[in-house]
Amino acid sequence: MLKKQGGENLAGKIKRYQLKLPSSTNHLELIREFVTNIARGVGFDDEKISQIELAVDEACTNVVKHAYKGDDKQPLDVLVQTDSKKFKIIISDKGKGFSPNKIKTPDMKKYLSEMRVGGLGIYLMQTLMDEVDFKMEPGKKNRVQLVKYIPQ
Amino acid sequence: MSGFEIALLENKEIVTLHLKGFLDAHTAPDLETELQKCISNKRYKVIVNFQELGYISSAGLGVFMGFIEEIRKNGGDIKLTNMSSKIFRVFDLLGFPALYEIFKTEEEAVQKFT
Repeated sequence: MLKKQGGENLAGKIKRYQLKLPSSTNHLELIREFVTNIARGVGFDDEKISQIELAVDEACTNVVKHAYKGDDKQPLDVLVQTDSKKFKIIISDKGKGFSPNKIKTPDMKKYLSEMRVGGLGIYLMQTLMDEVDFKMEPGKKNRVQLVKYIPQ
Repeated sequence: MSGFEIALLENKEIVTLHLKGFLDAHTAPDLETELQKCISNKRYKVIVNFQELGYISSAGLGVFMGFIEEIRKNGGDIKLTNMSSKIFRVFDLLGFPALYEIFKTEEEAVQKFT
């Protein structure tokens, strides 16, 4: 389901685009297309579009794999909200949340030397985006908010 | 439709996997299956060609982490080739160039094996 809404704030006209899907990895490709198309329209260059694409994929993959533990029929919402300054993506789910203050930036050298698999998503989101914010209410609504500043 | 394909080429003792499309959490299991087959068939010299791969996420990178130890223990390696700058940036971001040999062309990787 795709909805487009509008509004105003201090940074100009707000545009909203919403995608609601079941929590299947099968939909990652569609989610990436949805977000990159909007990012391209805002005027980001290819490198920044790739960064947004990867950060959103990592957030949604975490929802499917961790919040819902692979259950592919749960709600996954992707909301893109833009004004003249910020490109904001809010990914929400109703699954098992996590404690954001327990997340530490991994020591990559140690991490890689131990050859651990997975768990790199949050590190990537924080590296690729200008702002990353988590709000967790396990079972009710967990929310990951990613922001990229729009070149002025 | 998954939007991901793997073409496998065998040349003497080297197995080359050509990846095409999107390597994400949905398609990573397909690559896992292929690498698992290499190990089952005792083919430990593996080249992965990224020429036609348009996208990779950490789930895709994780696959290589999952097999490299066993392959190297058996005297082999996974060598990576023909990455676009988009794909290389993701590997670079996670420090993979320190762990894997990345070559511009398949020929360079083959030479390194022989």
